[in-house]
Amino acid sequence: MRQSYKGVVLATPVTVPYVRYSIRSAHWWLTKAFSSLLEKSKLKKEEIDGLTVSSFTLAPDTAIGFTQHIGLSPRWLDHVPLGGASAVVALRRAARAVQAGDAEIVACLAGDTNHVDSFRLTLANFSQFARDAVYPYGAGGPNASFAFLTAHYMRTYGATREDFGKLCVAQRSNALRYSYALFKKPLMLDEYLNARPIAEPLHLFDCVMPCAGAEGFLVTSEERARSLGLPFVRLLATIERHNAFSSDPVQVRAGWALDRDELYAQAGCSPQDVDFVQAYDDYPVVTLMQLEDLGFCGKGEGPAFVRSRSFTWEGDFPLNTSGGQLSAGQAGAAGGFLGMVEAIRQLTGQGLERQVPDARIGLVSGFGMINYDRGLGSGAAILAS
Amino acid sequence: MILKKKNPILRTRLPTLPPAARSRVALGLTAAAALGRFELQQCSDCGTVQYPPREACQHCLSIRLKWKEQPRQGELLAATVLHHSNDLFFRERLPWRLGLVKLECGPTLVAHLHADVPDAPARLRVAARLDRAGQAVLVGLPDKENVNMAEDRQLREFSCDPKRRKVLVTDGKSALGQALVRALAAAGAELIWVGHAEPWKRLPGFAELERLPQVTLVPLDLTDSKNVRELAAEIGAKVDILLSNAELHRAFGIANRQGVETARAEMDVNYFGLLRLAQEFAPAMRARGADGLASAVAWVNVLSIYALANFPPHGTYSASKAAAHSLAQCLRAEMRPAGVRVVNVFPGPIDEDWNQLVAPPKLAPAALAQAIVKGLGEGVEDLYPGELAQEWLERWRDNPKALEKELSS
Repeated sequence: MRQSYKGVVLATPVTVPYVRYSIRSAHWWLTKAFSSLLEKSKLKKEEIDGLTVSSFTLAPDTAIGFTQHIGLSPRWLDHVPLGGASAVVALRRAARAVQAGDAEIVACLAGDTNHVDSFRLTLANFSQFARDAVYPYGAGGPNASFAFLTAHYMRTYGATREDFGKLCVAQRSNALRYSYALFKKPLMLDEYLNARPIAEPLHLFDCVMPCAGAEGFLVTSEERARSLGLPFVRLLATIERHNAFSSDPVQVRAGWALDRDELYAQAGCSPQDVDFVQAYDDYPVVTLMQLEDLGFCGKGEGPAFVRSRSFTWEGDFPLNTSGGQLSAGQAGAAGGFLGMVEAIRQLTGQGLERQVPDARIGLVSGFGMINYDRGLGSGAAILAS
Repeated sequence: MILKKKNPILRTRLPTLPPAARSRVALGLTAAAALGRFELQQCSDCGTVQYPPREACQHCLSIRLKWKEQPRQGELLAATVLHHSNDLFFRERLPWRLGLVKLECGPTLVAHLHADVPDAPARLRVAARLDRAGQAVLVGLPDKENVNMAEDRQLREFSCDPKRRKVLVTDGKSALGQALVRALAAAGAELIWVGHAEPWKRLPGFAELERLPQVTLVPLDLTDSKNVRELAAEIGAKVDILLSNAELHRAFGIANRQGVETARAEMDVNYFGLLRLAQEFAPAMRARGADGLASAVAWVNVLSIYALANFPPHGTYSASKAAAHSLAQCLRAEMRPAGVRVVNVFPGPIDEDWNQLVAPPKLAPAALAQAIVKGLGEGVEDLYPGELAQEWLERWRDNPKALEKELSS
């Protein structure tokens, strides 16, 4: 039986406001997130003794090089280059470090810049398999891979564009109440359906918009958070899995399906107890996959589930309450942190005008790294106020 | 000579290449595709077929992965049509259809998708083709061949199909030259310039060739720099496929002939002739590498299997072909940025005058011409036509030293 996370908390959700393009480097964005953590927590730099960093555009540096940029001397350090799975994985690493006493306060950072041409360059060199077997086929990114998954999902389980559209429209209405979201205009279902095609069946509003930005939070002990007077949320359970179901010819599920029973058992709750979900949403089909694999409905029941529920912050199934990446923007690896940071806000009553009423338990899910034809990494965490 | 003039208002599409970067291990796919083969890595220990290319078996971790020809049948799991790309080459060619394919031999792969493959689920065949960057890509083709298959807009980006293209054949007088002109005409070439040196020599069959509606005779002597330059000035900007087949072939090696004059004459046509052609014609072809559906697309060199290993009874000829082969590799590198494919043809002995004393099997000129035109259609880069060339290639790949010994005995 895995050791519990008793006594581990998350605090101080910070966001460096996103911009579409930035002439700054990833170091600038990560530093802003770090200084913002210090400012909000009133901690001194020297009190941070652990650090995790997630970024695509930090290259040629990794976390260790970044410590010299910010003049930090942590006694515990981790580089977590896992894209959309970064927040859950960074949290898992940090939580155990805090429990073991290897670090007292871990700053978890994610951030990326976005120059006018940097997204294309990131994609061209994303992985060996992508460079050899996907990039030469013209999409210049994950659009084609997710078009395949989406087309296959629609054909197999009867999902329609309206189903995906309902999620996107709901997330946009959440984003209108989140000041850092890059998309400021309401999205109507008609507009979603009539958008220009990108990689059929994906259309414009199915695809995230790359941007620059950064996110961060602290992981520490409940005791320490209390002594610092920081509002915190407790960590109940986590899972992580990589390269699951590799013999499925096309991806219809990921590691969550393998590990979800353990997740709820460790948390001591069931899907029905969850007050909101922050799912990884680089494309809406991935959200449906998560809702199924995390047990909110059965495999293939995603479309029916979407049709029967409502997904705004005030709906009966609050989902991606800050708009998700589809409406907030995808700031590289920070996209993996967006849901985690929002979950901390919601559970500490900082949800402002999109606050989910009586939110006590939140589920955050991550999905990362289209190495070749599918997303490899999956993870989830259950947090409680 | 009637040529449709290009509308000067229309934009000339400049050559761009699809993404060319590959890991070294992935070049195994390219090596096979250059010969028209579909090979994937297969584990010598457990038999698992692997894709994308990798260094060790994903199943049993053995590092004994061998590139092996694989069955091409598969199932289309999903298809997409790209309407957007960040890549310059594809941006120019949207919309573009792709498929996700489960091969019967195991792996799932991403492939360019022929328009005649129905939507998923559907049976299809997979081939490895060279793209304009000269790198291998996978292409999903209809399960059953059909006559118009090569006409597919996407497939034509990978082939060098002579259909609707203008071709220069540098020597139309030899048996091979005549066969090439006929094969090109039959394959739908729009216009064929036929080079002929020494116009006073009327060889059998040539008069008939002249009467083909596609054919225009042009005087061309590869040993005459001025002649080559003048012809390039006249037609160079219109040639889509250049077929360099002119050669001087004499028997004998070193000891059986006095002096260097014959060897020099061979070099002057076989090596310097190619160099002259390349200097005069390559720049214009490079500029037209993406100019519409009938762009400049290929440069074919008829070399010889003796370019790989010297055949002592034809020793100086072999040397001139080896020199031409080396130069052709340089030309290939220089043509690559324009997406113009350099195709090297390595035939075994052709059934013609200077091979009278070479024992059969010998390659019929018409068969060689057919193989070259077919190779253009399939977009291969290296062609070893005929059983003899195939056998020598296999011997050479297996053990170059052994082939040297075999040829010298």
